[in-house]
Amino acid sequence: MTDLTKLTLAGARDALKKKEFTSLELTDAYLGAIEGAAALNAYVTVTGDEAREMAKASDLKLGKGQGGALEGLPLGIKDLFATKGVLTTACSHILDGFKPPYESQVTSNLWRDGAVMLGKLNNDEFAMGSSNETSFYGPVVNPWRRKGEETKIVPGGSSGGSSSAVAAKLCLAATATDTGGSIRQPAAFTGTVGIKPTYGRCSRWGIVAFASSLDQAGPIARDVRDAAIMLRSMAGYDDKDSTSVDRPVPDYEAALGQSLKGLRVGIPKEYRVDGMPAEIDALWQKGIDWLKAAGAEIVDVSLPHTKYALPTYYIVAPAECSSNLARYDGVRYGLRVEGKDITDMYEKTRAAGFGAEVRRRVLIGTYVLSAGYYDAYYLKAQQVRTLIARDFAEAYTKCDVLLTPTAPSAAFGIGEKTADPLSMYLNDVFTVTVNLAGLPGISVPAGLSSDGLPLGLQLIGKTFDEETLFRVAYALEEAAQFKAEPAVWWRA
Amino acid sequence: MSVDQNTVRHIARLARIAVRDDELPALAGELNTILDWVEQLGEVDTKGVEPMTSAVAMSMKMRDDVVTAGNLQKEVTENAPRAEDGFYVVPRVVE
Repeated sequence: MTDLTKLTLAGARDALKKKEFTSLELTDAYLGAIEGAAALNAYVTVTGDEAREMAKASDLKLGKGQGGALEGLPLGIKDLFATKGVLTTACSHILDGFKPPYESQVTSNLWRDGAVMLGKLNNDEFAMGSSNETSFYGPVVNPWRRKGEETKIVPGGSSGGSSSAVAAKLCLAATATDTGGSIRQPAAFTGTVGIKPTYGRCSRWGIVAFASSLDQAGPIARDVRDAAIMLRSMAGYDDKDSTSVDRPVPDYEAALGQSLKGLRVGIPKEYRVDGMPAEIDALWQKGIDWLKAAGAEIVDVSLPHTKYALPTYYIVAPAECSSNLARYDGVRYGLRVEGKDITDMYEKTRAAGFGAEVRRRVLIGTYVLSAGYYDAYYLKAQQVRTLIARDFAEAYTKCDVLLTPTAPSAAFGIGEKTADPLSMYLNDVFTVTVNLAGLPGISVPAGLSSDGLPLGLQLIGKTFDEETLFRVAYALEEAAQFKAEPAVWWRA
Repeated sequence: MSVDQNTVRHIARLARIAVRDDELPALAGELNTILDWVEQLGEVDTKGVEPMTSAVAMSMKMRDDVVTAGNLQKEVTENAPRAEDGFYVVPRVVE
């Protein structure tokens, strides 16, 4: 038998239906690949026994010609998603030993459709990071390397386990979450496809909360079709999340291959930032040419408040995180460090349980929300957020979708940016605006940097118009013909 | 606005995170770098601009005021570092 892990999600789905192999065989192939890839540190928990049981159940259904949209397909789950009875820590020390007695809505939807869980994927602690170096379980390594080098490269973050695992073929596709770029930037860094849907498209119930007004779940997958299949299963209304939106989930796969004739693609001039490498700019131009050749009309647009998006984000996100993370108190779950009284216990527990980046953000958030500063910081940031959303609304009177680079550079080496939080934050310059405005965005691999690392282009859509995003992303994918794969150096 | 070491100690206290005195200078430096950077929002004229309260325009759904889950004392306390008889155990709070 050929290597089953080479198939895409759609390919494996079709082959399982034709009974070319069983879900158990496919699942075992992935469990084998995971076992041989410890060097990537992509998984923090592997649920082999459960995976085989789920696969056997799927095989029974498939044998009878039954089964859901993802029947028998093995997936990786970001550790931010609560999985019933399976260790869920958000890769934080403070959630040591936490086994949720409930299942997140997004993963429930995947199991409803027949998917198989391989295990939990590494991420930045509480999803706070852009390189997957803040995880309590250590950094994730990108399967990609610079040409002729053995330097360990970051897989992006916070969904670095998801992007690394998909790129290294350690799962067919993975769940991820995106608060400021945490799906799209890791996808760009690993040559994979990642979509953050419109805020409210996926239920946040059972996802460890970071910044509730920005957090959204989405998939990281090998290609645009696989991302479309995944999102259709993940999305949907959930009465347990009051911000989830009650509207039907379209068949995103049906949007692929539709013509771009008459479609207007906006190019925001403010995304041409100072110091951006020439190769990023050149790739962007290529993307423009590809979409033009596919029949789209290119329109110059302006998003004047773009430069204020990151500072706005670094008020809103820490403020909401300081509030959300107040629950980790050593009483109800996770780590507890005893103290001389209850306050001492809280303080010692949280000092021991939170890593440096999480502590930094909780402190910033506490400060900007503290008495006397709320108006100057949080209220001001929420006002600027309105202006950022207005910029997009104005741009969408002239175009249907926006094309931008996903990240201002290719992936960097592990440890290269950890000393300077600000330079790390700047990674999200093109992605964070989308979260602030609640819009959908997708990253598609479009080329390689001069040193051989993947680069991505981002498409930004109108609210709940993921179908147009998939349509354009597919055209971009067809034109880019990105077929490069990392050399397999990690296999033990 | 910049924070000094006393302010860092105060916000760490508010956040219930123990911080050692020897960590204060470095933390104050890091926080000031970030706070100085976000200061640039001061350039933006936000007079009369409504603060965003919802990322996507939607009205909150109403639901019936009924109990939908309950009797989960075991599940609710089973992850606690210390629990007894279905209750969380914490250090003495009232003398």
